[in-house]
Amino acid sequence: MGAPKKSAARVSEDHDELVRVPLQAILLADSFTTKFRPITLERPKVLLPLANVPMINYTLTWLESAGVEEVFVFCCAHAKQVINYLEKSEFNQPNFTVTTIESQNCVSAGDALRVIYERNVIQGDFVLISGDTVSNMSLTQALLEHKERKKKDSNAVMTMVIKRSKTHPAIHQSRLGTDEIFMAIDPNSKQLLYYEDKADFSKGTLHLENSLLADNPSLSLHHDKQDCYIDICSPEVLSLFTDNFDYQHLRRHFVKGLLLDDIMGYKIFVHEIRADYAARIDNFRSYDTVSKDIIHRWTYPLVPDVMNFGNTATKLERQGIYRGSDISQAQSAVVGPFSVIGSGTKIGKNTKILNSVVGIGCKIGSNVHIEGCYIWDNVTIEDGCELRHAIVCEGVIMKSGSALEPGVVLSFKVVVGQEFVVPPYSQVSLLQQPVEEDSDEELEYADSTSAITSTVDKSDGETASELLDGHFTPASELGFGGAGYVWPKCEGGHEEEWRHSVAPITEDKILEAVKAMEDELELIHDGSILPPSGELIPNPNDSDDDDNDDLRDDFDKEVEATFLRAVLENIQENHLTLEVNSLKLSYNKVAADCAGALFYAMMKYAVDLPHSSADGLVQNVHVVLTKWKKVLASYLNDTDEQIEVILKFEEICLESAKEFAPLFTKILHYMYNEDIIEEDAILSWEDEKKDADEADKVFVNQAQPLIQWLKEAPEEDDEDEE
Amino acid sequence: MDFQVVVLAGGVSKKLLPLVSHELPNALLPVANRPVLSYVVELLELSNLKDLIVVVEGKDTALNVGAWISGAYADRLHVEVAAVPEDVGTAGAIRAIARHLYAKDILIVSGDLVSDVPIGAVAATHRRHDAVVTALLCNTPVSGPLESVSSGGKDKAKKPGRYDLIGLDPTKQFLLHIATGAEVEKDLRIQKSILRSVGQVEIRADLMDAHLYAFKRSVLLEVLDQNGEFHSLKHDVLPYLVRSQLKSEVLLNGTPQAEENGTEKVISQSNQQMLSQILANASEPTFHLRHELSTNGSDSVRRTHKCCVYIAGSNKYCARLNSLQAYNDINRDVIGEASHLSGYSFSSHNNIIDPTAELGAKTTVGPHCMLGEGSQMGDKCSVKRSVIGRHCRIGANVKVVNSVVMNHVTIGDGCSIQGSVICSNVQLQERATLKDCQVGAGYMVTAGSDCKGEVLTKK
Repeated sequence: MGAPKKSAARVSEDHDELVRVPLQAILLADSFTTKFRPITLERPKVLLPLANVPMINYTLTWLESAGVEEVFVFCCAHAKQVINYLEKSEFNQPNFTVTTIESQNCVSAGDALRVIYERNVIQGDFVLISGDTVSNMSLTQALLEHKERKKKDSNAVMTMVIKRSKTHPAIHQSRLGTDEIFMAIDPNSKQLLYYEDKADFSKGTLHLENSLLADNPSLSLHHDKQDCYIDICSPEVLSLFTDNFDYQHLRRHFVKGLLLDDIMGYKIFVHEIRADYAARIDNFRSYDTVSKDIIHRWTYPLVPDVMNFGNTATKLERQGIYRGSDISQAQSAVVGPFSVIGSGTKIGKNTKILNSVVGIGCKIGSNVHIEGCYIWDNVTIEDGCELRHAIVCEGVIMKSGSALEPGVVLSFKVVVGQEFVVPPYSQVSLLQQPVEEDSDEELEYADSTSAITSTVDKSDGETASELLDGHFTPASELGFGGAGYVWPKCEGGHEEEWRHSVAPITEDKILEAVKAMEDELELIHDGSILPPSGELIPNPNDSDDDDNDDLRDDFDKEVEATFLRAVLENIQENHLTLEVNSLKLSYNKVAADCAGALFYAMMKYAVDLPHSSADGLVQNVHVVLTKWKKVLASYLNDTDEQIEVILKFEEICLESAKEFAPLFTKILHYMYNEDIIEEDAILSWEDEKKDADEADKVFVNQAQPLIQWLKEAPEEDDEDEE
Repeated sequence: MDFQVVVLAGGVSKKLLPLVSHELPNALLPVANRPVLSYVVELLELSNLKDLIVVVEGKDTALNVGAWISGAYADRLHVEVAAVPEDVGTAGAIRAIARHLYAKDILIVSGDLVSDVPIGAVAATHRRHDAVVTALLCNTPVSGPLESVSSGGKDKAKKPGRYDLIGLDPTKQFLLHIATGAEVEKDLRIQKSILRSVGQVEIRADLMDAHLYAFKRSVLLEVLDQNGEFHSLKHDVLPYLVRSQLKSEVLLNGTPQAEENGTEKVISQSNQQMLSQILANASEPTFHLRHELSTNGSDSVRRTHKCCVYIAGSNKYCARLNSLQAYNDINRDVIGEASHLSGYSFSSHNNIIDPTAELGAKTTVGPHCMLGEGSQMGDKCSVKRSVIGRHCRIGANVKVVNSVVMNHVTIGDGCSIQGSVICSNVQLQERATLKDCQVGAGYMVTAGSDCKGEVLTKK
C-alpha cells in the first residue's frame, strides 16, 4: 500500500501550487435508495458484510491506498451505527483522517453535498464515492488527467471513472444488475457528451442533439461501458449543487443537468480503466457479482486473506477456499471451491457448501445443502436444510428441514419454521414493510427509515425478542415456530425482481426478454417505413402543438393529484388553495384554468367513490362539493370562470365520465343552490351556446327547465316583495 | 471477375449550370482538359474492370457520351451506354437496366467521382465479408479554396463541410448508421438495438459517402422491386439496408448462404449450448452472428445481413464533382496536390504547357497550371493555378488566377480573371474583369465590364 501512496503524493507536489492541498474524499455512507431492503431497515448498507468484511472497509482501504489523506464520511440513515463503527475501527491514522458528517434530513446525494458545502471543509479537488464501492484502481493517472484538464479549461469540473462491461443484449442489463447506460464520448478529448441511464425501453432510438456533432468531427456512442460511480470533482461541483437546489441524484440530475445546460459550459470527462477493478454494489445482483469477484481475487489486494480486520485471520487454501480460524468441520462435510468460511463456524456431517460465503460463528447442522448463498454471522442452520442462492442475515435461525428457494433474502433474526419452504424471491424481515407513501423512491427512503429505525436502533436484540414473544403465534407466515413477515411484493418490483436478486437469471427469463426484444425490433420497423424521399423524421412543427397539449394535461393532472392528496390526507382547505395557487403560478395559468381543473378533479373523485346508483352519485357529488366548495369558490370570482366550470362539466359528461350526463341539470342546480355558480353565469352560458351546433346544445336543452326557472325566478321575487 | 460495373453518369445537372448543357453533359465536363467520366473509367481500368455499363439520363446525352467513349476507349474497354429517362433517380436507373445485370455482385459508381482509391480493394472487402452492400467512404474534402479568393462557399466557410453522418463499429468495418442529405442537419437518432448488439458505435461527421457501392445483385434488385418508392440509392436504399441489417427482410438466396443456413439449424438444435455461450460471452464472433445466435431461442431464425465500408486512406484523393464549388476545387487539386490523377507528366516547373501552345514575351505560367494544345497567349500575361483549354486565344496583359478556361475561348487584352470558370467559345473583350464568375458557353463579355460573383449565360 505504500507504493501507490508515494506516487500520488509526488503528483500533487509536482503541481506548482504554493499551498499543498491534501487530497480529500467525500464518502457517502448512504445510497439513498431502497434496493437493499429489508436489510437496510435495520443496518446501513455500508456496514453490510461483503465476504465477511463490511463494505465501507473496502472503500476506505482503497481510498487510503490511493493516496487520499482526508475522508469525510457522510452519514444519514443509521448515522449512529456508522459513526460507532468508524470510531471502533482503526482507520484514523496520522496521514489518513476519517471525519464523519451527520445529517438526518437529507434525502438524496444532492442534499448531502449541499450540507458538505455548508461545512466548508473541501479545499481542492476531491474524490466523490459512495461507501459501497469496491475498487483497486490507481487514482494517480486519473487525478493527473483531471488536473491537466482543469489547468487548460477551468470548466472541466468532473472526471467520471468508467469501465468496460458487457451488457447482455437480450435483457439490457449488465452482470452488476444495473440498467443499461448509453453514453456519448468524444474519442479524442474524452469529454462526456451524453448520458442516459434508466433507459426508456419503449424508445427504440437514441436521440442526440445535432449540436453535439457541431464541434466534434466524431463521437463514439457506448453501450458497453459501466459507470463505476467514482468521480474526481473540482470544488465547483459542490457549489453547483448549492446553486441548483433541485439537483438530487448524482447522475440523473447533476450529470444530465450539466450536459444539457450549455450556458455555464461546464464539462465532464471520463477516465476509462482497463486492468483495474471498480464496481459499485447497487443491488443484490451486484452484491453477488462483486462477492464472487473478491473471492476470485480480481480485487487484489482487497481480498479476505489480506484484509484482516480485528483478530480473525483468514487463510486462503487451495481452490479458492478461504477459512477463518477455529472452524470445526465434520469429516464428511464438503466445502466446495470458491467459498469463504468465517471463524468459529461449526459444520455438521454430510453438509455441502458450494460457492458460498459463511460468516463468523455460524452453526450449520448435518445434511445441509448450501449453494451460492451469502450467510452472515451467527446464523443457525439446523439439520437437513437446503439453501440456494439466498442472502441470510445475522442471527437467522433456520429450523430443521426448512428450505430457501433462489432469490430469497432473510433479514436479521428471522426464524424459518420447521419444514417450511420459503418461496423464490421472497423478502422476509421481522419488521413490517413500511407503507410507501410517496412513489419517489429516493425521498421515501430517508423519511420512513428515520421513523422506523429509531426504535430498532435502541436495541436490536430487544425488539426482536419482543416480537418473538408477543406478536408471533407459533404458526406464523414462516411455518411452525417461524418469526418474520414475508413482505408483499410491490407492484413495480415484481417484474424486476429477477433482475436484481442473487439468483442466477433463468433461461426462460432470457428467452422471454429475447422475445420482447424481437417485438421491439418489429416495432421499430413498422414505425419507420421509409418515405420516398428519405425523410425519416416527421415535420418538426407538429411537436410544438404537442408540447402545449402536454403542458395543459400536466397542469390538470397535477391539480388532480394535489386534490386527491388533500382528500386522503385531510389537508385544510386553505392549504389546498395555496398549493393550487403555486401550481397556477408555475404553469402560468389563470383562475379559470384552476377552477376547471379543480372541478374536474372533484367530479372524478366523486365518480371514483363507491356508489350504486345515479342517486348515489349525486349524493357523492353533494358530499364532495360541500366539503371543498370554499376552495373552488376562491377561483370563481368572475362569471367567466363560472362559465368555464360549466363548460368543463359538459366536457366531463361527454368524455371522461358519461355517468354524469343524465345528472347534468341536477348537479348544476345543486351548484346554483350552493352559490358555486351564479345565475348570471348559467344564463350567459346559455347565451353563448345559442348559435352552437345542435350536438353542442344537448346539455343546454337538458338544462332548459332550470334556465326557464331562473329566468322567471327574479320576477317571482319581485312579486313577493310587492 | 464476377463484378459488373455500372457507372451512373447522370444527365445535365441543375447544380452545375451554367457549365453543363445538352451538348456538354455532366459526364463530359472537362477536368484538367479531360472529361470527368474518364477519371472513373480509367480508375476502373486500373482494377481490371473493363466491362462497364454507363447509364445516362436522356437520349441526347447518351449519344454524346457514347460518341466520346467509342472514340476514346473503343480499343481497350467494353462499354455499353444505356439511356434512362430523366429524373428517375439512381434507384430508378438501376431498375431500368436490371435485366442487363447478371453478375453476383454489382459495383455501382457515380460518374462524377474523381479519385485514386483502389476499387479492387472495395470489391475485395465486399467479398471478404460476404456483405450485402459495401460503401466507399472518404474524408470530406476541404471545401472551398481555403487560402484564396472565392466567396462562393460562404455558408460552408462557417461550418466545415458536413455531408453525411456515418456510424461505424469499433473495427471500422461495418456501417451501422447513415444519415444523408437533409437528415444531416437534424438531430441524430440511433437505433438502440444496433447499439446494444455492437456495444460501441462511432459517429463520424468527417467521412463522406463517395457514392461507390458494391451491392449483392439479388438483394439490390429485390429491395428495388419491393420498394417502388425508393428513388435514390444513397438516400433510400443504403439507409434502408443499414437500418434493417439486424433484422433482414431480404432473402439471401444465393448459393453461399446455404452453408450458413445449415449452421443455423445446428445451433437452434443446441439451444442449451447457445445460451451458455451467450452468458459466458465466450466467443467473439461479429456482432451480426452474435445477434443471430442470441435470438435463436424463438422459432424463427433471425437473419442478418452485413453492410460494410471501405474507408479510403487519408492520402488518397476522393471528390465528387457535384457542385460549382467542387468543380473549382477538383480542377485546382488535379493540377495541384493530386496531380498524379491527371495522367499528364508535369514539367520541372510543376506545370503542363502543351508543346503546340504559344507564349508571348514576358508571359509567365506558374506552377500548378495547365495550358492546352494550340492555345496562344500574348505578351506580359500571368497564369497562376489555372487550367486553360485548347485553342484559346489570349491577348496581352491578361491575368488568370485560380480559374478554369475551357476550349476555344478568346480573351482580349488587359483582362483579369480570378476564381472563375469560363466555358467554351466564350469571348471576353478588352479589360474585362471577372471575379468568382461562371460564364456559360458562347457568352460574350463586353469590354471593360467588371463582374463579381455573377453567373453569365446566353439567353
